[in-house]
Amino acid sequence: MKRLLGQLVVPALTLLVAGGAFANPEPWQLNMTPGVTATSQDVYQLHMLILWICVFIGIAVFGAMFYAMFKFRKSKGAVAARFSHNTTAEVIWTTIPILILLGMAYPATRTLVRMADTGNAELTVKITGYQWKWRYEYLGEDVKFMSSLARAADEARQLGSGIDPHSVENYLLDVDRPLVIPTGTKVRFVITADDVIHAWWVPSLGWKQDAIPGFINEAWTQVDEPGVYRGQCAELCGKDHGFMPIVVVAKPRAEFDAWLAGQKAAQMPAGAVAASAPTATSSGI
Amino acid sequence: MAHHGDHTHDAAHDGHDDHDHKPSGFFERWFCGTNHKDIGTLYLVFSLIMFLVGGSMALVIRAELFQPGMQLVEPDFFNSMTTMHALVMIFGAVMPAFVGLANWMIPMMIGAPDMALPRMNNWSFWIMPFAFALLLSTLFMDGGGPAGGWTLYPPLSIQGGNNVAFVIFAVHMMGISSIMGAINIIATILNLRAPGMDLLKMPVFVWTWLITAFLLIAVMPVLAGSVTMLLTDKYFGTTFFSAAGGGDPVMFQHIFWFFGHPEVYIMILPAFGVASEIIPTFSRKPLFGYQAMVYATASIAFLSFIVWAHHMFTVGMPLGGLIFFMYATMLIAIPTGVKVFNWVATMWRGSMSFETPMLFAVGFVILFTIGGFSGLMLAIVPADFQYHDTYFVVAHFHYVLVTGAIFSIMGAVYYWLPKWTGRMYNETLGKVHFWLSTITVNILFFPQHFLGLAGMPRRIPDYNVAFADFNMISSIGGFAFGLSQLLFAWIIIDVCFLKRGQKATAGVWEGARGLEWTLSSPAPYHSFSTPPKIDDRMLAHGDVAH
Repeated sequence: MKRLLGQLVVPALTLLVAGGAFANPEPWQLNMTPGVTATSQDVYQLHMLILWICVFIGIAVFGAMFYAMFKFRKSKGAVAARFSHNTTAEVIWTTIPILILLGMAYPATRTLVRMADTGNAELTVKITGYQWKWRYEYLGEDVKFMSSLARAADEARQLGSGIDPHSVENYLLDVDRPLVIPTGTKVRFVITADDVIHAWWVPSLGWKQDAIPGFINEAWTQVDEPGVYRGQCAELCGKDHGFMPIVVVAKPRAEFDAWLAGQKAAQMPAGAVAASAPTATSSGI
Repeated sequence: MAHHGDHTHDAAHDGHDDHDHKPSGFFERWFCGTNHKDIGTLYLVFSLIMFLVGGSMALVIRAELFQPGMQLVEPDFFNSMTTMHALVMIFGAVMPAFVGLANWMIPMMIGAPDMALPRMNNWSFWIMPFAFALLLSTLFMDGGGPAGGWTLYPPLSIQGGNNVAFVIFAVHMMGISSIMGAINIIATILNLRAPGMDLLKMPVFVWTWLITAFLLIAVMPVLAGSVTMLLTDKYFGTTFFSAAGGGDPVMFQHIFWFFGHPEVYIMILPAFGVASEIIPTFSRKPLFGYQAMVYATASIAFLSFIVWAHHMFTVGMPLGGLIFFMYATMLIAIPTGVKVFNWVATMWRGSMSFETPMLFAVGFVILFTIGGFSGLMLAIVPADFQYHDTYFVVAHFHYVLVTGAIFSIMGAVYYWLPKWTGRMYNETLGKVHFWLSTITVNILFFPQHFLGLAGMPRRIPDYNVAFADFNMISSIGGFAFGLSQLLFAWIIIDVCFLKRGQKATAGVWEGARGLEWTLSSPAPYHSFSTPPKIDDRMLAHGDVAH
């Protein structure tokens, strides 16, 4: 199934094969990305399953319609029958859809239950949405920072800027400071907002979750492949809703630990750095 | 019938314009008139104007999205265009068009002289122009029009300036108008049917409107309540939707969608009714499964009250809630499927011809079903976590609303225009309009599925260059679709004002069945001054007894 659709467009095919590199949207991309997590791949399989069921039902129904429209035309001398009931047919076309729906409901529920389980996470990151940037806080690690649209894109996106968006790398999908997470680790996100509702969405992770002021939502991910994964705010949040991207960098555990230690050191007031250095090192291991 | 006495009483009241004497002056007829046909015409004309207004806002959106980068408008104005486009199209174009069709056709289809409450009918129409004057005036105010989306989610929606009060007041007025229209339709259907027009002999269009009217009465007050709470949150210091004061922004979404989901069916059930009238006529064969159609409509209406949260799967509901709303939503596929299968079975072994109304009806069935498929996909919660708030959703609801609701309205206009005006519209132009619309609407909306799946969120004024190609195609389709609708306006002007086209017979269409076709074309000013004798063979569904 994957292959059939992939063949329609060459880049899509290459990306399907490449798997983990499927992080940025591609020109002429037709389909959802399978993503880089077990969850996103489940979601992708579910999406394809239902898509193909719909395609087959569509072929059957529209096929019957077009057959009727070509065959039973007055201009071809068709004489109208008078029937207006057929109990057998009606029972069949009520029962079969029920069975199909049951077939869809089972895998959907199974995936959903897995997605809802945020327990046993090794790391928790608090995400806060602001008009119009994100704030990331590594809970218990004393590391927090803001993440906003990268400057080059911010200049290019002004009305009448005269800058060609094609000349800006990752236009509107790049930030000044990305969220960094370790690979092979279950990371839990607690998501909220400070002003209006936002939604945190990175397609490669397989889900989006609303960030609601005054309330905390939970979600989780486990990325196994190092890479850079991009997304955007998905809930209308005011004038710059289109300009608050999300970038997640997944690094191998050791690199991540080194990065985190560096962040901690950088965020300490200058005098405190020396005193707390041992703590930073020990948590780095 | 006892009901019948009521209507003679009404007619006696309005005795001065009895005997087919139209009110004399232009002002008396079009502003003070209570005739169901004139008010139906007012609704339809108003709807067409709003369709063109809302459409031009869509063209501003598509023009800005023609290529990446901001070229034409500021993001705030872009947001107010998406917000206003939706409000104008939903409340100004689609709903009034169906009320207009109901006004024109229901009395004629059930053998009544007029609507049951003619004076209220006048009032419910005349509220609309004022409501939309208020709504549209916000575009010229300091701070611009509402820009928080037509769903008015707080806290964003109440960040707006004074437009908030105007929008809320306009929504209240639209709600009052809809509720009065709905009461009138229910009263007409339940009280003014000609003797022998049993409920289960009514045309499906009348049935779908009866059920729609109950939905309207049930949910418009809910909308009014939710926006009133927004109003007090903004101006009177309440905190219904603010966590800081113990409220909950998500509660607004629950209340809003408790209105909003039945609202979706308010816009599509009458469309099902229209298709159920047109398809049997041009298949020259009775509607397949009449009773199943009625029961399916009622089931869809019932289900519409227990699926609202599928619009908000990502707000962070408990697992049990997600599962319940997913299953309930999937269930809708069954009665909807029954309807589609019944339309196909109606065409099966018929003797079909494809005049413009039939083309629109067939286009409706196919394209609406595509919208139904994407709707089923959206019901699957884990997949919805990806689709939600992307262009996939935009594609989905434009398939059900444009190629669903609006295609059926256009089909209905072509179908009944000869009955309304006494003249045939230009069939060639009608077919050209259908094909132009069908081709361009697919160029407009089909690529939006791809954009959404590739990761483009909705309601953004600018996008990554990867989304450029399909956006450009979509915009080209949008402009072509918009221009094609000028042809629709011209075809109507051609018939109504230039009075060209052949004179229509009473029956108009060879296969047409039902009371409205027993009246002359154009229909007399007062539909049935004496109740018609019901001949089951002349009804579209005369054989339902067995």
